[in-house]
Amino acid sequence: MDYEKLGLKMGLEIHQQLNSQHKLFCPCKTELVDDEFDELVQRKLRPTQSELGEIDRAALQESLRGLNFKYENFEKHTCLVENDDEPPHSLNEEALDICITIACLMNMHIVDEFHTMRKQVIDGSNTGGFQRTGMVATDGYLETPYGKVVIESLGLEEDAARRVETKDGFTEFRLDRLGISLAEITTDPSMHHPDQVREVAYMLGQILRSTNVKRGLGTIRQDLNISIAEGARVEIKGVQDLDLMAEIVNREVQRQLELIDIKKQLQERNAEVLEEIHDLDELFEDTKSKILKSAETIKAVVLKGYDGLIGREVQPGRRFGTEIASYAKKRGVSGIFHSDELPAYGITQEEVDKVTEFLDIGEEDAFIIVAHDEDIAISALEEVKRRANLGLEGVVEETRKALDDGNTEYMRPLPTANRMYLETDIPLFKITQDRVEPIANNLPELPDVKQARIIEEYKLSEDLATQLVKRQEADMFEAILADVDVDATPVASLLAYDLREIKREGHDINVLTLDHFKGIFTLLSEGKIAKDSVRKLAVETIKAPDMDIAEIAEKNNLVMMSDEDVSKIISEIVADNETMVKERQMGAMGPLMGMCMKQLKGKADGGLVNKIVREEIQKLI
Amino acid sequence: MTYKENAERYIENYGLSIGDTIKVNKEDISYTGILLDRPEDADDGYLVIKLSSGYNIGVAIDDTTAELIEKGDKPKIGYDAEEIPTDPNKQNISIVSTGGTVSSVIDYRTGAVHPKFTASDLVKANPELLDYANYNVKALYNILSEDMKPEYWVKAAEEIADYISDGTDGVVIAHGTDTMHYTSAALSFMLKTPVPIVITGAQRSSDRPSSDANINLIDSVIAAKSDIAEVCVCMHGSLNDKYNYLHKGTKVRKMHTSRRDTFRSINAQPIAKIEDKKVTVNPNYAYTKRGENELELNASIEDKVGFIKSFPGISHEFIEYHIDKGYKGLVIEGTGLGHVPNDLIDSFRRAQDEKIPVIMTSQCLYGRVNMNVYSTGRNILDAGVISGRDMTPETTYVKLCWALGQSDDYEEVKEIMQTNIAGEFSEKSSIRDFLN
Repeated sequence: MDYEKLGLKMGLEIHQQLNSQHKLFCPCKTELVDDEFDELVQRKLRPTQSELGEIDRAALQESLRGLNFKYENFEKHTCLVENDDEPPHSLNEEALDICITIACLMNMHIVDEFHTMRKQVIDGSNTGGFQRTGMVATDGYLETPYGKVVIESLGLEEDAARRVETKDGFTEFRLDRLGISLAEITTDPSMHHPDQVREVAYMLGQILRSTNVKRGLGTIRQDLNISIAEGARVEIKGVQDLDLMAEIVNREVQRQLELIDIKKQLQERNAEVLEEIHDLDELFEDTKSKILKSAETIKAVVLKGYDGLIGREVQPGRRFGTEIASYAKKRGVSGIFHSDELPAYGITQEEVDKVTEFLDIGEEDAFIIVAHDEDIAISALEEVKRRANLGLEGVVEETRKALDDGNTEYMRPLPTANRMYLETDIPLFKITQDRVEPIANNLPELPDVKQARIIEEYKLSEDLATQLVKRQEADMFEAILADVDVDATPVASLLAYDLREIKREGHDINVLTLDHFKGIFTLLSEGKIAKDSVRKLAVETIKAPDMDIAEIAEKNNLVMMSDEDVSKIISEIVADNETMVKERQMGAMGPLMGMCMKQLKGKADGGLVNKIVREEIQKLI
Repeated sequence: MTYKENAERYIENYGLSIGDTIKVNKEDISYTGILLDRPEDADDGYLVIKLSSGYNIGVAIDDTTAELIEKGDKPKIGYDAEEIPTDPNKQNISIVSTGGTVSSVIDYRTGAVHPKFTASDLVKANPELLDYANYNVKALYNILSEDMKPEYWVKAAEEIADYISDGTDGVVIAHGTDTMHYTSAALSFMLKTPVPIVITGAQRSSDRPSSDANINLIDSVIAAKSDIAEVCVCMHGSLNDKYNYLHKGTKVRKMHTSRRDTFRSINAQPIAKIEDKKVTVNPNYAYTKRGENELELNASIEDKVGFIKSFPGISHEFIEYHIDKGYKGLVIEGTGLGHVPNDLIDSFRRAQDEKIPVIMTSQCLYGRVNMNVYSTGRNILDAGVISGRDMTPETTYVKLCWALGQSDDYEEVKEIMQTNIAGEFSEKSSIRDFLN
């Protein structure tokens, strides 16, 4: 595809959860929970007056439908602030400082004073009906292999509640995620090639990961803004896999091109969406189609001049009809039937002919059927008509959801200009030079830089270095080695691998402090414990964190024997097996090592044992 | 404009006004946006700029220059007044505002929240009101709930009496929540009413989509149309947007700083529950029915009444001070069954000698004052102190203000305080009336 000729323009918006200890405006922990909730609170949201404008009962009713929510509260994990029953506490300064770090790494200008705003969101994901958000920095840039990319803004905001399910007219949310601090990074829409978007997303990820942010699934969300010259701006939400980025771009460009072509054909045919909603109940009285039979009513609309175009593929496996169906689905139907795909779903050719005759439509015309309860069917067909009409305009500005195969699906219209006003419950917050300078002078290394330096400086394997950086243990690693003169590999492997296993065994590894680690590795460097005992000693230290490390080693029999004692034990074992040694000569090495290590494991260095066993055997042969 | 010294001078120097689109240039960055007003309590030296993204930021004016990009229009707030339809088949409800906002308009251009209180604003914000009644709306005064004074109770009572004599079918009063229970008690004593008088408010302001204002208002209108001709408070019954309670005006108290279900009946049960637009009356409660009482207004009060909370180590000076300053009556919030340290009792005797009524209530809030159990209590009684029984301290305070307004005679005031005027006390303590 010739992206330049198509006028492809893309921008990124990244939401990253910060790893502050507490939420942005309350003292709750920033972890998700899978426990059973303690209280379920039922709420309604109501559009505020300025959004309603005129007295319009119908519009109000429409907007109030579906604004019924349930919120899962937890006695331990959430508080009244999340439930909108207590005003927000002061701004979390730890979260602000993480944002300042990110801003400095992206060459941004930090604002003089942070103002917390309320941004209206009435989908229920925020209990108050608004998200609290503020601007931390603007006008930064990143140097990329494809040129400079402008970072327009960095916001600090509250994450939304987690949606659990929609049932019986209520949408249920869990409050654990609501209020976790989130950095929002927006680039300008100046990227012209999918590879560049991927590169920028990667670089932003690297920057974020060098700071105190959350790791793991769902902690970073990437949205892509995309348009082509003749198309329209579409925001694609939730691009998880960077490798899929190029595919998503290609398929979206394809979709926009197809929609533009459909528009041209519709215009040539003077296509028109007819207003009337027809009742087909009688026609399908004896239908064999189970779906139609089980529905309360069957209704249809006529799309003049749309024949063949509804079945037209716009993305692999997705047709223009799929686009129309996704609008209808928002009104509660599970799908639509369109004339381009019939006969199918148990609807016979004979029935199609009857419908065609009943609706009195010509060869170029199409129809769409919806089967459901009366009001839902009508509401869904209104959406069908609306979307079909938009087909005459080509590409529609939309928010879409990224699907796993690289396709996208309609979510909702693009948000109109942000409706924001000041959150009066939180004082304005000055960001002084005294706050910024120490942060700016002490910026973290980017992960790949740090990894390369650690490999070089400590002669670690690439694998160990990668794990150390990935698990955020590199700082601890360097702190230990700054004070203890010991081989780097056992230190790295304890931090990068063993700790994780120890945690999995159910031990609380957070108990271990730098002093503990220094104690353990001092014993190793002094030859008092064996390399093999490091892991065991760490576990025992977790169990008795206040005890002296040497004492713990002693108590658990981890202290190595003197060389003479080792020699003595080995020569005894070899002497006991003299017959075998005589028979097998050096071939006795293996079994003897096994016997010796069994007795000396953790109390003598394997190398030393090996050396003495070899000497003892040689003495005998 | 609430900009202070330096920033004010800066804005004047550059010829800027609030609402203008301006550009502020710093050494290495410039910001373009709408100049907004600054919150009154914020520091000098910063401008508030609304960026095109909708975000506000504060810009320190030191080492900056500013330029006007475009003059701003004076923001036009609110809507043209519109005729509200009246339906002869519907009841007529009067809505009175005492402050706070039952409806407000957000100007998203500047982010300002403008309180609105005309009938048409109210109906615009809550169009479903038209389903229930015809309305007569009045903003009586506009003060914060915490600035409420006894004299305002008088004004409200008089206004409501006017509405009732003009034939209104029910009254709804929009009130800030902090002192709502004082006002509800005051109106209970001042008015005998043939129609419902319902006081309501909001714990979450009406400019937010999650506000409880709309539900409280609609349910209050429903209560005002009902058969319950009493002064009551109508607020959320739980954290859910599901049902409201109608509390008796003399038996209700704000019990939580921020929750929606902050109002609770104390030593009593709610009169009724309103759910799905239906009023269900508590079967244990014999209420005064519509039309049972003739309208009667007794609004004179005495506002020089002291309200003193006892605590370990309280000095008798607290009592002496009030007597010295000419207070006409005292309400004491004692400990437990109605006690104060023994060394205050002599001061109570002085009050008795000077014919200043002293009423004892309990800071336990729940339960009944009983000063016969311990010797301290008996001594307090002996010093002429009157039991507030199971009244809340706040209701007792309001009642004493009212009683002193009704009579100058010490004995008569004591008599009024021991007479049940508006269901403010009961003789029986139910096993159910605690922490609910």
